[in-house]
Amino acid sequence: MVPISAYLIVAVALFGIGVLGVMISRNIIIMMMSVELMLNSANLVLIAFSRVLNVVDGHAIVFLVLTIAAAEAAVGLAMVILLYRNRDTINIDRFNILKW
Amino acid sequence: MNLDLIIFVVSAIVAIFGASMMIFQRNPIASVLFLILSLVAQAVLYIQLSALFMGAMLIIVYSGAILVLFLFVIMMLNLRASEDLGAPSSPISKTVKYLISFLMFVELVFIFKGGTGLDSAAVGIMSTPPDNFGSIEQIAELLFTRYLYPFELTSILLLAAIVGAVIIARRDSVEDAPTATETNEQQAIDEVQN
Repeated sequence: MVPISAYLIVAVALFGIGVLGVMISRNIIIMMMSVELMLNSANLVLIAFSRVLNVVDGHAIVFLVLTIAAAEAAVGLAMVILLYRNRDTINIDRFNILKW
Repeated sequence: MNLDLIIFVVSAIVAIFGASMMIFQRNPIASVLFLILSLVAQAVLYIQLSALFMGAMLIIVYSGAILVLFLFVIMMLNLRASEDLGAPSSPISKTVKYLISFLMFVELVFIFKGGTGLDSAAVGIMSTPPDNFGSIEQIAELLFTRYLYPFELTSILLLAAIVGAVIIARRDSVEDAPTATETNEQQAIDEVQN
């Protein structure tokens, strides 16, 4: 049997990769996908703990998180389309109107 | 080596490989496909943790719906790998970014190792789950009893997301065009003036 700490280390590694992706990526779509990856690593932790504690609550929370991820992706991508229409690029460094 | 361990190691490596390829791709479409690979491997991990329904949901909802939405947007904007993303950032800032994310990884490993007492036998070793653990029946029962309010609130969230996405992404020309009532008023004013 694989111990739970192995699953947790996989989840943490995925979270770290997501953080790195948000920081090094110039492409706003890849940044959004990195955020989705971080949400998923949190889901993996919830699933692993609900397996260890033998309660299904974690699964119900993951279900709600999936809904939130879908809503976030829909609104975020609508904003990406609007940004692309206004600035003609998806380079995150070009979206600096609000920069002081 | 037993089968459980082999499945775990393979799918963990595939999940991490797909995720790291995802952030280093220049072509956004390849990036989406690598994320789908990573998610399928994560679904295998879910199923190994007896979360059969949630594993299926991950594949259907995430790979099947959310990432296809990403693909639609990338294809609609007609993005290419040659998209000009500016000069590469300086080596110093790159090193700092790698260092921050690595430190975050180490820190989280320490927290999980130290804070939860995972090495103790009672928590670290998984017992066999009860019958139909993680079945649709059990999850639905929880969703409609203990998590009823969050569940109902997601309907409002989804409605807000639909309306918000449509309003954000619609063209400005729709906004500028006179609405039906305005045209009627204009006609009425014209008639009076005549």
